[in-house]
Amino acid sequence: MTREDQARKYPDVWKRFTPRETLVRYAWFIGLVFIAVWSLKRLEIPWFYFLDAHEQAADLVTRMVPPYWEFFADITGPLIETIHIATLGTAITVLFALPIAFLAARNTTPNAATWFVGRFILVASRSVNTVVWGLIFVAIFGPGPMAGIWSIAARSIGFVGKLIAESIEEIDRGTAEAIEATGASRLQVLMVGVIPQVLPVIYGTIVYRWDINIRESTVLGFVGAGGIGIMLYSSINQFAWHEVSVMLIAIFGIVLISELVSAMVRKRIT
Amino acid sequence: MLSITDLVKVYPSGEQALGGVNLQIDQPQVVAVIGSSGAGKSTLIRCINRLVEPTSGRVLLKDTDVTSLSRRALRKARRRMGMIFQEYNLVERLTVMENLLSGRLGYVSFWQAYRRTYPPQDISRAFELLKRVGLDGYHNTRADALSGGQRQRVGIARALMQQPDLLLVDEPTASLDPKTARQIMRLLCELAHEQGTPAVVNIHDVNLAQGFADRIVGLADGVIAFDGAADELTAAVLNEIYGEEDWSKTIQKSGADRSAGKDRGALERESAAG
Amino acid sequence: MSVPVWRPPKFIVTPWIRYGLLFLVVVYLVCSLTPGLVPLVSLNIDWTRAGRGLPRAADMFSRMFPPDFSRSELLYSGLRESVQMALAASLFGMLLSIPLGLIAARNLVPLPVYLVGRALLGISRTFHEVIIAIFFVKIFGFGPLAGVLTLVVASMSFIGKMLAEDIENMPPGQLEAIKATGASFPKMLLYAVQPQMLPRYLGVSIYRLDANIRHSTVVGIVGAGGIGQVLAASFSRYDYDFSLAILLSIVALVFIGEFFSNWVREKLR
Ligand SMILES: Nc1ncnc2c1ncn2[C@@H]1O[C@H](COP(=O)(O)OP(=O)(O)O)[C@@H](O)[C@H]1O
Ligand SMILES: [Mg+2]
Repeated sequence: MTREDQARKYPDVWKRFTPRETLVRYAWFIGLVFIAVWSLKRLEIPWFYFLDAHEQAADLVTRMVPPYWEFFADITGPLIETIHIATLGTAITVLFALPIAFLAARNTTPNAATWFVGRFILVASRSVNTVVWGLIFVAIFGPGPMAGIWSIAARSIGFVGKLIAESIEEIDRGTAEAIEATGASRLQVLMVGVIPQVLPVIYGTIVYRWDINIRESTVLGFVGAGGIGIMLYSSINQFAWHEVSVMLIAIFGIVLISELVSAMVRKRIT
Repeated sequence: MLSITDLVKVYPSGEQALGGVNLQIDQPQVVAVIGSSGAGKSTLIRCINRLVEPTSGRVLLKDTDVTSLSRRALRKARRRMGMIFQEYNLVERLTVMENLLSGRLGYVSFWQAYRRTYPPQDISRAFELLKRVGLDGYHNTRADALSGGQRQRVGIARALMQQPDLLLVDEPTASLDPKTARQIMRLLCELAHEQGTPAVVNIHDVNLAQGFADRIVGLADGVIAFDGAADELTAAVLNEIYGEEDWSKTIQKSGADRSAGKDRGALERESAAG
Repeated sequence: MSVPVWRPPKFIVTPWIRYGLLFLVVVYLVCSLTPGLVPLVSLNIDWTRAGRGLPRAADMFSRMFPPDFSRSELLYSGLRESVQMALAASLFGMLLSIPLGLIAARNLVPLPVYLVGRALLGISRTFHEVIIAIFFVKIFGFGPLAGVLTLVVASMSFIGKMLAEDIENMPPGQLEAIKATGASFPKMLLYAVQPQMLPRYLGVSIYRLDANIRHSTVVGIVGAGGIGQVLAASFSRYDYDFSLAILLSIVALVFIGEFFSNWVREKLR
């Protein structure tokens, strides 16, 4: 059978997309290019900076090695402070997140108004970044770890509260109802019928958030809210790159360790 | 056409899967490789197209020594060997036509592959094969919308799109119900004969092997324990391949099947597309 | 006859571990919160200054109200810059995450390449965006370029990690089948990897766009452009009513971003 014969018997054109689909795909593509161009253009990026960027970066790296290891003695205090900020901030989170989660969960909130308040607190807490909370709390408490602790707490309440509220909404109603039927008060129902069911989620979420908070508390110092960030910021501003590299290594270390600890603990409790 | 000499495969774990296999296929025939699981069937056919690197030995496909090829030349050689899998291995999210055309990937440029602009003769061959395997009109169906039997038909068609010199088939029917398994096996053997392509078919179902293959090779512990025509397969041979068992039923039934198979073929083919 | 009392099961069963942990918590709180109690460990908290926090907070809030939206020009241009930074960073992050995700997938590349890929992912993920931002500010100067680059790095590693994990969890059969047709590595990516990855990749990218909008509001605090830079300036000028206006706008923007991202991801399903 020759090619012509075969073509006569079986079609020899096939298009993956109909013309309409092709058009839509092109429209998407052009749209994306347009967005890219629009967002880059208005940003007025000085492209010539890129010409020597690799030299700048290489220069930075050569200035950073060898790290000035003796500096490590100076940063142990701030490092410990960083861990404290994350830990204590997370502890405060626990105190606030639980009651707010009960307000924000549809099946435990007393009425629509309290539900709205609960939800609002969670959303507000989550939409403001930890560092921005840092600005606010530094204005309140003055510079130092106190501001850092509260910024961590302020941001984490939304995160932890939301996850706990979601898990409360998914609990098994039966247990809580059975306890309600014995004539228990609202608080007793919460304590006995609800909390035990969501306890693993609570612990897991908190440990997970603690790990994130360690990472967050390394930069709170940039706005004056304590921790290693204060020294990192000043060393960078003084171009003391040998010190900067030591701090980066230290940060890498504690972030890594906290990640391992958090993963280990979460594995244990679930 | 295919000549395997002293093929040995020792996995890094120390497991010797093949212990010196010799196999010659000189004419377009369907060779069923039977053997209990773990006998080395999959390893054997994977060593032929080097999805598994053989430890030693030689594989000749026509005049090409597959075992000594560079990566680039190996890709060229793989274009000449169509492979069919137990789990079908279609690209689930692509259409049937794209799956078929993927059999031509070795022949088109990256850009053509990306744009799906294959040469017209590839397209018409794909339509022809689709009709031949009983999936006329399914070209724009996504592979994940097909039933098991239909998927294996696409798998067969994809392998044949390569216009291969050899078909490597690994347990084509093991994931299918008995009836579909027979239909697929029949289709496979018919197509291999039609296209004049020799096929090495791994199969653990002795019945199917006897019913459809031209030649049977028995593999036990990585060595060939039997090589002969389907009706030479006796209880003694099966004992050697699989170990002691009462084989009388299996052998009788397969003999009866073989004579009846021809008439029932047409009937089964009619219901094939379903 | 006594009524049987049911007590909720304790989370930590062994009593001495339970009370021991509690004791440790108390010790930790005392040590960390009492200034000068344990050198190096105790936090340097000025409790009298902290005690004045509440009245100061009240004062600050009173100065925040009513929020001052009058400088809408500045507010708008800051927000627009943040959105543009987020969009540009998402697009470039999406592009760069592909090679990164591929080299960090063990089933596609040889071990040395894989280790390089994983190391890149690990390093860019441990450091907070703000740290990365400050480096880019040092290299490229103040302004949105540093912010965009920061968000590009963050998006690239985030999407790249998802991609790598997805590729590693991919069923190997399809890859093998395409390989067996004699297809080259790029064509294998095109036919076996891309179709399986695309939906999740798009979903994660859209999620990342939403995250970038959130993060674009912070990198400005170290001078990397966007609304964050305006916010930091307003705080340093004690311009609290304008700060509140900015904060409310950020909340609104984040809300819109989250809504949009959820809507698109719902559509993608
Ligand atoms: N990737 C592998 N690594 C180590 N050993 C393997 C691997 N694949 C197969 N084997 C071993 O090789 C032997 C033959 O396996 P295989 O070829 O899959 O047999 P069959 O297909 O006949 O069931 C078995 O003992 C199996 O355990
Ligand atoms: Mg097998």
